[in-house]
Amino acid sequence: MRKLLLLSVAIFVGLVFIARLFYLQVYSSSSYNIFEDNAIRKVYNYPKRGYVYDRNGQLLVANQPSYDVMVIPREVEPMDSTDFYEFCKLLKISKEDYTKKLNRATNYSPRLPSPFVPQLSKSDYAVLQEKMRKYEGFYIQKRSLRSYQTTIGANVLGDIGEVNRGIIVKQPYYRLGDLIGKQGIEKTYENTLRGTKGIKFIQKDIFNKSIGPFKEGRLDTLPKPGKDITITIDAKLQAYGELLMKNKRGGIVAIEPSSGEILAMVSGPSYNPNLLVGRERSKNFSKLYRDSIAKPLFDRGLQAMYPPGSPFKTLNALIALQEGVVTTEERFSCSMGYRYGNRKMGCHAHRSPANMNIGIYESCNAYFANVYRRIIDKYDKPAEGMDAWSKHVKSFGLGNYLNNDLSVGQPGKVPNAETYNRGYGKNKWYTTFTISNAIGQGEVLATPIQLANMAAAIGNRGYYYTPHIIKNIEGDTIATKYTTPNYTTIDKQHFEPIVEGMFDVYKKGTAKSLQVKGIEICGKTGTAENFAIIDSVKTQLTDHSIFVAFAPKDNPKIAIAVFVENGYFGSRFAGRMASLMIEYYLKGEITRTDMENFVLRYSLEHEYEKPYSGEPFGINRKTILDPIEEKEFQKSLKIKAEITKS
Amino acid sequence: MLRENQRRFKFDWVTIILFLLLIGFGYINILSASHVGEITSYFDMSQPYGKQTVFIGLTVILIVFILSFEAKFYERFASVIYIISILALLGLFVFGKDVNGARSWYGIGSMTIQPSEFAKFATALAVAKYVSDLQTNMLTLKDQLRVVAIIFTPALLILLQNDAGSTIVYLAFFFVFYREGLQQVYLIVAISAIVLAVLALKFSLLITLVALLLVLTTLYFSRKKKRTSILQYLLVLGISIAFSYGVKLFYEHGLKPHQQNRISLWLRLEKDPAKLELMKKREAYNLIQSEQAISSGGWTGKGFLQGTRTTGKFVPEQHTDYIFSTVGEEWGFWGSSFVILLFVMLIVRILYLAESQKLQFSRVYGYGVASIFFIHFTINTGMVMGLIPTVGIPLPFFSYGGSGLWGFTILLFIFIKLDSNKINEW
Repeated sequence: MRKLLLLSVAIFVGLVFIARLFYLQVYSSSSYNIFEDNAIRKVYNYPKRGYVYDRNGQLLVANQPSYDVMVIPREVEPMDSTDFYEFCKLLKISKEDYTKKLNRATNYSPRLPSPFVPQLSKSDYAVLQEKMRKYEGFYIQKRSLRSYQTTIGANVLGDIGEVNRGIIVKQPYYRLGDLIGKQGIEKTYENTLRGTKGIKFIQKDIFNKSIGPFKEGRLDTLPKPGKDITITIDAKLQAYGELLMKNKRGGIVAIEPSSGEILAMVSGPSYNPNLLVGRERSKNFSKLYRDSIAKPLFDRGLQAMYPPGSPFKTLNALIALQEGVVTTEERFSCSMGYRYGNRKMGCHAHRSPANMNIGIYESCNAYFANVYRRIIDKYDKPAEGMDAWSKHVKSFGLGNYLNNDLSVGQPGKVPNAETYNRGYGKNKWYTTFTISNAIGQGEVLATPIQLANMAAAIGNRGYYYTPHIIKNIEGDTIATKYTTPNYTTIDKQHFEPIVEGMFDVYKKGTAKSLQVKGIEICGKTGTAENFAIIDSVKTQLTDHSIFVAFAPKDNPKIAIAVFVENGYFGSRFAGRMASLMIEYYLKGEITRTDMENFVLRYSLEHEYEKPYSGEPFGINRKTILDPIEEKEFQKSLKIKAEITKS
Repeated sequence: MLRENQRRFKFDWVTIILFLLLIGFGYINILSASHVGEITSYFDMSQPYGKQTVFIGLTVILIVFILSFEAKFYERFASVIYIISILALLGLFVFGKDVNGARSWYGIGSMTIQPSEFAKFATALAVAKYVSDLQTNMLTLKDQLRVVAIIFTPALLILLQNDAGSTIVYLAFFFVFYREGLQQVYLIVAISAIVLAVLALKFSLLITLVALLLVLTTLYFSRKKKRTSILQYLLVLGISIAFSYGVKLFYEHGLKPHQQNRISLWLRLEKDPAKLELMKKREAYNLIQSEQAISSGGWTGKGFLQGTRTTGKFVPEQHTDYIFSTVGEEWGFWGSSFVILLFVMLIVRILYLAESQKLQFSRVYGYGVASIFFIHFTINTGMVMGLIPTVGIPLPFFSYGGSGLWGFTILLFIFIKLDSNKINEW
């Protein structure tokens, strides 16, 4: 027994030690992560973010350096009171701010760096940089912020902001304090513009001094600069569109039909993209975000779904020809409307009976009600007809997301048999139940970009390219889905009568007053009834003004959809704006200054305030146009002169 | 000549191979823990690893020297060697050099030498000599006191030189005496004393008292037949209470503040978070860094010269007392377990050899060697892993330092020499 004491104790101690090692090294230690090792300093080198140019090579977005004070809470050493006072003063923060910020960083992670005071000014940085050594646990991280070379296109260009924690969890590339695209092209082309940050691992010693590269720098990476991109936007056209949209709400989308490139994408009201740069970003962003009435962050060109109204009639004409249910010369009579059962769809006074050409340029409701019924009733059951019709409509890019490179979008709505089966019960509905679809009301909803795309498809006589905003990526190609045409279900030969009809809209129809000398424009006016809930009462407001056009008639260079909220009839605002945009894009100058003056002079702000004034108000015919102050008007003219210069 | 040749083959190669493995692996870790930048030359005398290269080289000469003496020499001259080492310790009070508050070194030029490292084998020899003397009877109090005096003399001198850690090593001889027939009651007393001390510090005196009463009462009633007088139990109780109280008093007033804090950290006595935070920056600092380094090694470690905490010198005194944290970080669980296994195997092997000795002198000395290695290994490794309060003693063959390396080498190789001679002893 005496022989065994030391022997057994020694073996016992050996076992206990191995168990302790197991506990320390295996059980309680998470797998080694170099990013959490405080013996290794990680120095990030942020690459240049790619520049953004417009289609004519004008620089729109560049960079500016910015300096963040970062903190690694675990490495913070208590400062003596003079140092502490100085530190707070340099950063322009109070003692309480210091504690609050440090606590917040510690809560996130004591080991990983968090931004402490982001985006210092250059002068603050210069002073702070020399003293930084004294404050252990803090360091300055250089990044690059955006520098917008323009005041337009906020909805197109978007902005970058600090990455949030949810994204960091999903994409470990990002670390707290990194910047990421939040809206617009900054968001959709984040990976292209961003590049790849470089990282250096540096061995530290216990005194926090760097003692050389870790593993001879074998793990280090160099930053890869972001790629410059060229977007399809024409900055001048965009600027002009934004000017026209001033004091109004709505959207303009202009597309080049031969390529699907988006030439302009206006949303009103707009804001200066420089508001969302740097330290002021979050303050300004929440201001814009909280504006629930004007909704400046809501892209009306892409997100606003409205009933398309009369421009949709062109599609019904095309479908009718494709289905062979009418000829272009067949006439239908219209006596101020179309009667079905004991109901009536109203119309205005015009030549009757109308053939297809007259139907389009006079925008005759009765004509299209007849045509629409023929399409649906061609089939044995309305459900079959409905589905056939729906398929044709959808082939124009309506009723679904366009699947393009814009950061936001809406699918719109195109009903099919299922829609009505759900509403009325299977086979318990008739064609007349859906008659509003004939004139683009009823269950159909579309966004301005979808209408512009529809105009492009008509202008192309039967196909469209998915509207997109990327034109060129430095050293890369753009996705093939933007260079392959999408064919509609309508054969090419059926388009000519419709194009002629739309041309006649300008020549002798509802847009007669909008003619521009020397340009053959095809268009279609539209109005959309709309309602708002005011004090929990459904109230009708002034109609939305809609216009869809393309020009020239043959080989069109531009297709456009304009939408002005509560702008009343189609040619009043939307039509004028569309014609002006087309003239400016094709000629580079404006001859119809009378139209331009009208658009620039009249504001709809008063119209938008009416429903919220609490007083009774009139709509449509009873609205009074409200000119802006002469000073403001002159300012707008000056801006226009600047845009059109050179 | 033939006899000489035969003898040489009787060296215990298992022990020698274990020794070589420990020295070799130790050297590799000193290299890691002490290099600054590129290693240009293994003989760079401005760096600890360069010096260690030389120390190891000299060890070879030392081994040849030790083995060249007759085995009998060590038994015969045990007392002389002991007296010389005591004189060397005494001389420190006059000629010694202060390093970190301990007066444990002789300075010879740029070299320093630490006599306490050599006093261990000298004491082991002296104890072996005395215990194996035919006239010594370990069961008598007189001889027990004398042998304790042999141990106490160097231990006390070392304590007076402010090297409390090295003093604790002399407790190792308890294992030797127990093997040589010390009464069972000493073991019981020793274990009880440790338990009582921990109880008294960790919990209150009252709880200790209640626990004591419970144990003693059970003992009293369980021995129905040979019931000893109740007075004896009361005596034990009294002594125990006095001891517990004494421990508490000693802890509060007898210890230096840093020693007190080390024990407080070990037993988790401090509850005040502010004070605890302060301790983490002072007494526990080394330990926390060391545990973090070991933890970060994981299963396989980061590899030779790849330890980020070792390279960054995050663990103070890493190449000396905290060398095991380098093993933990760079060689991981497998490497550190291997080192622990090597030590346990060395101790077990020595014990096995000691039991096979025909001479009591050799056996007692062998036990002394095993016990000293055991104490060093247990306290050092236990401390680095946070199982034992901080006590600054080196890990044999691993920690940097010439005196330590030579002291342990002499200690081991005298035994190898004694062992090699056993076939000649009939």
